[in-house]
Amino acid sequence: MTFVKTKLQLSKMEPGDILEILLTAGEPLENVPRSIVEHGFQVLEVTPVKDNIHKVVVKS
Amino acid sequence: MAEKNKLSIICMSGDFDKAIAVFTLASGAAAVNYEVNLFFTFWGLNMIKKKSGRNFIGKGLLARIFNFLLGGRNKLPLSRLNFAGASPMLMTGLMKDRNVATLPELFQASIALGANIYACEMAMVVLGLSQDDLIPEVKKVLGVASFLEMSKGGQTLFI
Repeated sequence: MTFVKTKLQLSKMEPGDILEILLTAGEPLENVPRSIVEHGFQVLEVTPVKDNIHKVVVKS
Repeated sequence: MAEKNKLSIICMSGDFDKAIAVFTLASGAAAVNYEVNLFFTFWGLNMIKKKSGRNFIGKGLLARIFNFLLGGRNKLPLSRLNFAGASPMLMTGLMKDRNVATLPELFQASIALGANIYACEMAMVVLGLSQDDLIPEVKKVLGVASFLEMSKGGQTLFI
């Protein structure tokens, strides 16, 4: 569902807009950045934030 | 241009948990650019009724009673441990607490991502329903032959 929400948000954004996503380590962290790149968007950074949460910055 | 992957789901069940499965698969597949076709038949029609509560809709007394008892998307029972209708609310609460998408969120996401919604003609005749009784996102009322033709070349699931 994380990628579903990401895709929905990216579809509303203009090219060049920046989206920050918070997701948990494990499957979301493994799959969401990869799916974002496969769909033609750019992952600018992936950084741990706290506990199990990571921030992914995406350029649409 | 490469052909899109295709996922077709025959949605026969009117259960809450099965609805979650339908719309999780639909939204997930649509998010990765699958062509998604959902064919709602019999109890599955309850998921796509325009009125989401219990209403006397349909043609004929028996059909209206059936549709009232079955209800719409907000009245889907859990397939096990329904506890007279309390469980879907409890389950929804649990999902919210654990940051898992709820049925309304999955439903809206599926539609927003372009899943194609179809209704079964035969089931609609039995339950006395017309396309006006269903959500406006229903593209067409189809028979099984048309749906089979449409789902050719992809994966078809029965839920």
